[in-house]
Amino acid sequence: MTPADLHLKHLAPAADADRRAREAAGRLAVAAADRDLLDVAVAPVDSPIGELFVAVTPRGLACVAFEDEDRDAILARLARELSPRILEHPAAADEVRRQLDEYFEGARTRFQVRLDRRLIHGIALDVLEATARVPFGHTTTYGELAGKIGHPNAARAVGNALGSNPIPIVVPCHRVLRAGGALGGYAGGLPRKEQLLRLEGALAV
Amino acid sequence: MSTARSRGSAQSRTPVPSFGDFLEAHRAAVYRFLSVAVGPSDADDCFQETFLSALRAYPRLTDGARLDRWVLTIASRKAIDHHRAGGRRAVPVDEVPEPREGRAAQPPDPTDLEDPLWVAVRSLPSRQRVAVVHRHVLDRPYDEIAELMGCSEATARANVYQGTKRLRELIG
Repeated sequence: MTPADLHLKHLAPAADADRRAREAAGRLAVAAADRDLLDVAVAPVDSPIGELFVAVTPRGLACVAFEDEDRDAILARLARELSPRILEHPAAADEVRRQLDEYFEGARTRFQVRLDRRLIHGIALDVLEATARVPFGHTTTYGELAGKIGHPNAARAVGNALGSNPIPIVVPCHRVLRAGGALGGYAGGLPRKEQLLRLEGALAV
Repeated sequence: MSTARSRGSAQSRTPVPSFGDFLEAHRAAVYRFLSVAVGPSDADDCFQETFLSALRAYPRLTDGARLDRWVLTIASRKAIDHHRAGGRRAVPVDEVPEPREGRAAQPPDPTDLEDPLWVAVRSLPSRQRVAVVHRHVLDRPYDEIAELMGCSEATARANVYQGTKRLRELIG
């Protein structure tokens, strides 16, 4: 019995199903969030340093990534270390987006968002906590930061911890420079670090 | 999670993808299945229910392999429950509208629910309808249909056969 002449496939044309599936999938995140089934909401955020990718959990902001970072690797890490219940849900990032917008417009010098620190481990917790206290427009050095957390000889470990910062910009690891004023490193690339420091007036234009 | 068995198979396991990637990979097939299995007007609701059920169970998954079968199993159950729940249940019909002139050669209009093919599909018992859609819309093999519907392969074949036969009888 060959059913081709029944034309059953025509009852749900593939292109039509694709489009309607995409729309229905878009609505799923809202329904999931309403039912507390969404553990990690991810969303793009436009910025003058390229599109950012943020991950927000019920505990707070867990991750900010730059557009040239490996999105699949980040999602895999979020799935592994937080929860695989991850969906794109732009509305969940509205507050973070608003504060980032204000920051890039020069209208905000402090972020006031709750942070989910579950992607931060070990000494990085101390390092990034100290980093978060470096004010807008100021800079510090790896060595100074090492001293602040009570490990004055651990500048290299501090550098590694900063390099692993899962919440850049909001936890301002760009404000940490090498002694002598060299920029040091940055996960988002040195041009971005420079751009952020200029925006804050921490580097001569 | 930490049983000896799951440790033993750890190397052969596929990592569970993020739910977003899982949704993107399977949404089209699920939607297509539901569009015919429960009809276009209820497909959206059943789609949401299917993926919300999947999301509820998702943290317990330990293997990311063959998730297409997993989600289509859930969708099949939703479709059958949907028919059982009544609301818009299929009403068995003795008569369907006369086939239109030359309709056998013409594909149906997917949005025209008065189309004789839609009327005939709606008249199928739910398990036959689900089996026919898996077979003739999604082109799934019988062993897989059996797995998706939780029955034997022989039963899956019989459901597809009976359903297809009835469709033919109804639309001539």
